[in-house]
Amino acid sequence: MTATVGREARAAARASDVWKVYGSGEAQVVALRGVSAEFERGRFTAIMGPSGSGKSTLMHCLAGLDSVTRGTVSIGDTTVTGLGDAGLTNLRRDKVGFIFQQFNLLPTLTAKENILLPMSIAGRRPDPAWYDTVIDTVGLRARLDHRPAQLSGGQQQRVACARALVARPEVIFADEPTGNLDSRSGAEVLNFLRNSVREHGQTIVMVTHDPTAAAYADRVVFLADGEIVSELIEPTADTVLDTMKKLDVPAATEVGNP
Amino acid sequence: MLRATLKSLLARKVRLILSGLAVVLGVMFVSGAFVLTDTLGRSFDAVFADAYAGVDVSVAAKPKVTVGEAEGDQVAPAFPADVVGRVRAVPGVAEATGVVSADGARLIGSNGKVVTSLGPPQLGQNWTGESDLVELRQGRAPQADDEIVVNVALATAAKVEVGDRVGALTAFESKRRDFTLVGLFGYSGGRDSVGGAHEIGFTTPAAQRLMLGKPDTFNSVTVRAAGGLTPEALRDDLARALGPQYEVKTGEQLSADAAASFKEGLSFFNKVLLGFAAVALLVGTFLILNTFSIIVAQRTRELALMRAIGASGRQIIGSVVLEALAVGLIASVLGLGAGIGVGALLAWAFGTFAGGLALAGLGVPPAAVVSAFAVGMLITVVAALLPALRAARIPPIAAMQDVATPDRPLTRITVSGAVVTAVGGALLAVGLTGNAGGGTLPVILGGVLFAFIGVALLTPLLSRPVVSLLGGLFAWSVPGRLGRLNSGRNPRRTAITAAALMVGIALVTGVTVILDSAKSSIAKTAESTLDAQLVISGAQTGPRQPVFDPAVVDRAAEVPGVNTVVGIYNDNAVVDGGRMRYVVALTDLAAMGQIFHATAQAGTIATLRPDQVALSVSGAKELGKSVGDRLTAQFARSEGSHTYTVTAVLPDDRSIGSIMLPRGAGAEFTSPQPFSALVQLTPGTAVSQVQPRLEALVADNPEVSVADRASFIEQQTSGFDTLLTMIQILLALAIVIAVLGIVNTLALSVLERTRELGLLRAIGLRRAQTMRMITVEAVVISVFGALLGIVVGAGLGAAVVRALRDEGITDLVLPWSQIGVFLGLAALVGVVAAALPAVRAARLNVLGAIAHD
Repeated sequence: MTATVGREARAAARASDVWKVYGSGEAQVVALRGVSAEFERGRFTAIMGPSGSGKSTLMHCLAGLDSVTRGTVSIGDTTVTGLGDAGLTNLRRDKVGFIFQQFNLLPTLTAKENILLPMSIAGRRPDPAWYDTVIDTVGLRARLDHRPAQLSGGQQQRVACARALVARPEVIFADEPTGNLDSRSGAEVLNFLRNSVREHGQTIVMVTHDPTAAAYADRVVFLADGEIVSELIEPTADTVLDTMKKLDVPAATEVGNP
Repeated sequence: MLRATLKSLLARKVRLILSGLAVVLGVMFVSGAFVLTDTLGRSFDAVFADAYAGVDVSVAAKPKVTVGEAEGDQVAPAFPADVVGRVRAVPGVAEATGVVSADGARLIGSNGKVVTSLGPPQLGQNWTGESDLVELRQGRAPQADDEIVVNVALATAAKVEVGDRVGALTAFESKRRDFTLVGLFGYSGGRDSVGGAHEIGFTTPAAQRLMLGKPDTFNSVTVRAAGGLTPEALRDDLARALGPQYEVKTGEQLSADAAASFKEGLSFFNKVLLGFAAVALLVGTFLILNTFSIIVAQRTRELALMRAIGASGRQIIGSVVLEALAVGLIASVLGLGAGIGVGALLAWAFGTFAGGLALAGLGVPPAAVVSAFAVGMLITVVAALLPALRAARIPPIAAMQDVATPDRPLTRITVSGAVVTAVGGALLAVGLTGNAGGGTLPVILGGVLFAFIGVALLTPLLSRPVVSLLGGLFAWSVPGRLGRLNSGRNPRRTAITAAALMVGIALVTGVTVILDSAKSSIAKTAESTLDAQLVISGAQTGPRQPVFDPAVVDRAAEVPGVNTVVGIYNDNAVVDGGRMRYVVALTDLAAMGQIFHATAQAGTIATLRPDQVALSVSGAKELGKSVGDRLTAQFARSEGSHTYTVTAVLPDDRSIGSIMLPRGAGAEFTSPQPFSALVQLTPGTAVSQVQPRLEALVADNPEVSVADRASFIEQQTSGFDTLLTMIQILLALAIVIAVLGIVNTLALSVLERTRELGLLRAIGLRRAQTMRMITVEAVVISVFGALLGIVVGAGLGAAVVRALRDEGITDLVLPWSQIGVFLGLAALVGVVAAALPAVRAARLNVLGAIAHD
């Protein structure tokens, strides 16, 4: 099944017939089986699926962190497939933002330095107005000089969100961003993400297995066994949960994704 | 527990190999030293057993002045030829041969230069014919006084052949005398020399005149016992018959004595090697301590889990110590193997370059094996003990928590560092001010060791400000800034890695400061006090100092343009029947006074009469003498001792040596010829005008030359440069080991920060930038270490120089250009050390790294 929501020109990221195969022979595991999907600009898309469905693999391939076995991936006008390390680095630096489950902040840098790190690496200066907007949105102004160790989990993840937002990338990939947070902090983070899409036109692709988190998205794509099996527009926690339940029945035991 | 330990050991083999390498090198030096000494020792035994194979008993006169191997050559005094007859008359003597054999016969090679020897003696002998040992290979025996035979080894070195006219310098004649080479001899078994010695055989009268200085004398009698009499019995008979002035020894005794004196020289070499082993092991200790600390830190979760499932603290300690033991064991085995190789290589080099010493089979004495294992395993376990204790303190709850061990405060380590540094300083102070009595050297070495450890303990505290300051140099780029932050991240780890480098750099810097200061002081003193424009002397290339004909001094004084000349002889002599002292004899004290612009503190400076002596202020103090007092002196070649009256006391910096004897005394020295002459020109005379005429005077002595003052001073201090280079090369090893430490620390840090590196790569850090980040970290650490080393080394050096002020080292010279070179090298070392870890960091799989646990 192919998800084809939105017009091609508006896609911020696109996967066409993407296959991802790990290992070979007996140990061969097919993580993605010909996935084609487009992720519209200015929308918040969630990728859902049970463990081993290939949702994280799809995100890693889209973000240029992992290579595809077959098919093509593109971000904006850039074809990701076939880029070398330097090209991928540039792509990640200039067009992609990341939010990880583990926050992944540098312990030696302050919150502010962490937020500005991608721009410093690229040698760019942040737009001061936009920087202020981001800082206010995530509500961290008072804690900018703190190091990660002095921040709570929720605050650390907000720093990570700010780091992704401040460079205004083409697309932000969030990998289980609320996985390590309590429900209140998780809700805060999801609100920022949704607001940054609604108010500032940011494109976000989020991988999650939490139906409540998925309900914040504009659209949910369901993966099972390496294929897109379903999708929901304007989901609610209940509709997501229902869809998940249906998927869970034939869920494969095969493990394609750690 | 044992299985868990072994598994973790295998999982970490690369980094354990890196730190183990330091132990391997240390152990290699220790066991190499033993193997070398043993092999050479047995080789010498064999050589001397051979050399005295044909001798049952040997008779010699008791030496007048007994000197150790390090102080110079023993001179067997000459005795009248009729002693041979007295020996022959003793019942039981089958055969008695008078022998002349003395060091100092130098052949001039076909290139016109004196053939030098790096160690073995250059013997001049009377040819006593062939024997079981000696065989004439070519030609015939010398029959006229201008005919000689030489051993094949010497003929090969000099590139001369039978029939050539060749020149030679001898103990009593330091000007070229020409001989016809009539024969070549060798030794049984096809050997060309015994132990690499160069030998010239003269006719007996020529040997007596040239090597002993007196006709009709010998310096030993070789005796063969009649059948049925043991050498020991004959020795006792001869000793009774000849009286107490003669020393009678069996061939076996002689060979044991000769071998023992060579082994004494070897033991010095042994100590040098062991010294470097100590440095390598000290640096290695830092390295191992660091590696185990990091490993324990990384395994916090694992160790906590073990605690949680019931392992006791003691078991944890046991597992870390066991790991250390295994590393130590493997390193010791490898070190021992390498040590045997190095020992064999050095023995071979020694045998080859010191002139064809036939090596005995390679020996691995038990001491080499025992010390290799004791040292290697002890060092490793001691170094791992601290991390093991730390591991035992990990609470079980750490298994459940994220690894975020807070930085422990540095108060305790800093306080203990201050205490240890203070102890080291106190030891140094005691040692350097000479209040430690006989234990001066151990006390000073202990002080240095404590100072190193103390500074290493203080290093974490220092590392924060210094590292951030150094890192500031690189903060202009993002990777630089990140590298700087990383190097300041774990002060303990940075500190200990830098401290390992500090040891090597500090030692090199300290030695450089001391030697440069000594050099500069000598040069300055010479420049300010020495009013001689030309100096006649030879550059010493072997164990014996070149000397020249005393007549040269007199003739130099007659050269137009020369104002005055003083010739200088030197030796050790027994003064007042007490201990050995360094003495000089001057051809003319008045001339010396004039050249040094000396005014006497007491008495008058005038040409000494044969029974007068002049002392320097410190010499007078040491001997407790003043003008008018008498002293006695026994020289190597004098019959009985002479009595001298003190006529003058001169300031130390206006004297040559502390006891200045008249010219006649010099004729009774071991080497009865001057080694140097200072020439003062009449004002207004050009050096270039006189120099060629003086050169003509010593033209017949290829060992000696005429230098102007500047090049003389340079000649005097050039020995320091050679010494310095040698020490620097050997200490470079300590620095190489420290580099291994930096590689190790960085590799572990890269591993530890895998997730961070993954993130940095994910958000756009290029490979080159990643490498730069790691390199900056390495450079900051290594330059920090070098800075510490330079400061500590300069401090130690300055302390030693200060303590030597009374010995005439008045100038403190800090070798700024060398220090600059060290800093540059340290930066380079950082770049080199970073190469592998940096490549590894840059090659990380981004996705894998982010997911890394």
